[in-house]
Amino acid sequence: MSIAEPTYTPKGRALPQRQPIAKAIDSVTFSIIAYAFIVGGIVWLAYSGAQAMGYNWQWYRIPQYFYSFTEDGFQWGEISVGLVKTLTLSSIAFALAVAMGLIVALLRLSGLVVCTAVSVGFLELIRNIPLLVLLYLFYYVLGPIFGFDRYWASILCLAVFHSVLISEIFRAGINAVAKGQWEAATSIGMSKGQAYRYIILPQSIRFMLPPMTGEVVHMVKSSAIVSVIAVAELTTIGRNIISETYMSFEIWFTIAAVYMAVTLILSVGVSFVEKRYAVDT
Amino acid sequence: MPDNAPIITFDHVDKFYGDFHALKDISISVREGERMVVCGPSGSGKSTLIRCINGLEFHNSGVLTVDGVEVFEDSKHIYRLRQEVGMVFQQFNLFPHLTVLENLTIGPIKVRKVSPSEAERTARKYLERVRIPEQADKYPSALSGGQQQRVAIARSLCMESRIMLFDEPTSALDPEMINEVLDVMVELADTGMTMVVVTHEMGFARKVADTMVFMDAGEIVETAPPEVFFTNPASARCRAFLDQILDH
Repeated sequence: MSIAEPTYTPKGRALPQRQPIAKAIDSVTFSIIAYAFIVGGIVWLAYSGAQAMGYNWQWYRIPQYFYSFTEDGFQWGEISVGLVKTLTLSSIAFALAVAMGLIVALLRLSGLVVCTAVSVGFLELIRNIPLLVLLYLFYYVLGPIFGFDRYWASILCLAVFHSVLISEIFRAGINAVAKGQWEAATSIGMSKGQAYRYIILPQSIRFMLPPMTGEVVHMVKSSAIVSVIAVAELTTIGRNIISETYMSFEIWFTIAAVYMAVTLILSVGVSFVEKRYAVDT
Repeated sequence: MPDNAPIITFDHVDKFYGDFHALKDISISVREGERMVVCGPSGSGKSTLIRCINGLEFHNSGVLTVDGVEVFEDSKHIYRLRQEVGMVFQQFNLFPHLTVLENLTIGPIKVRKVSPSEAERTARKYLERVRIPEQADKYPSALSGGQQQRVAIARSLCMESRIMLFDEPTSALDPEMINEVLDVMVELADTGMTMVVVTHEMGFARKVADTMVFMDAGEIVETAPPEVFFTNPASARCRAFLDQILDH
């Protein structure tokens, strides 16, 4: 298949060209060179610093923490196991956070004074406590009182912390749906619940997806904090490996790369979903 | 028709938005099968008047009765009542995430609990009636303004409403699409539907209206049959308004 040569010659005056220097700085080649230069500089600085302090790089020992072949055959390594635990923890916490966030948002939008007050109170309370302190509260205070272990303390803590952020996403998404949609739903006899379920929420999904992706990524990253109460997950396992091997540089670089890989994959995945839900109004 | 019983009755109805007096002591009634056209300058309360009829807005005092049911905010009957009263909006307000067919069937299926196959049959019948049966599987955004408004009319008809309210149905349309919507409305009028229409389309009003209502500053200034209304309006305000919109 060949593309036909354009045969049309414009009759009008050619527009003035951009400055050659501006054009060059704007080009892809220039960007790549600049990027490589900056990243290379940072890597070189770190490497020469490590050499200067006589650091003994042992990258060859890293792959066994992902997987290994022993007499028993293929085995997942500790980092892989930790990654699965991090993902499980974050998924459960995220599911809870979405459910709680929706409830908080609906209470806030209900228009009933008591419900709005409860929701705003909860929002301000959680939003103004640092995540680490909230975690200690759940583990040392609420855990013993209500009888849940460190695993559930960390899940509930993450869920509560993120439910507040998610409720704001829901609220913005719901408010972004045109008022006329409410009126149309109302005028065909729908109750408030039916209007939310069939008309408003399906439309607000496309407003909520981009910030929601951000929240998923945020959740995976903030799940690292539960390592301070020694819940088994990626960061905790990184610490454990280092305490046995003293390879802190290699392990922390690796752990950071694993988090980055996960969050990048999530972002790309969601951008596909976003296209599916794109609707014109 | 003239002897039919009133189906909508306003009895000394007042409506405020904060300090703004939107409807002032409105008393008027619409008989079953009557076609009433409401006109007046913008901000005169005509939209508020018809939005009160299906409880999109609630009046503050007086009695408003629709189809034997009193309309007020906490009424248990308000959802049932809204099923009886269809509404067509200036901005169409179709559901953009649903296809045309789904727009028409979601009300009957979810609200009236009609079976999906029956809802679809009804929907196709009314799409035929508004002359766009071939658009059933498209999304509203793929349709022209005139087509969207006809879908909106069909959506109300699918609820088997007995009363239809039109809130400036042609004001957001390009001029060449106004007639296709008005034609559908004229046909609807011929079926004996009770209609309350807020519009500035005076040609349409002359053709279908049984009663013309002129509102200004929240009051009903004049109520008259079209032959009197257009030739010999009683009030000076109404005459001035008609001069302005009919002069060109």
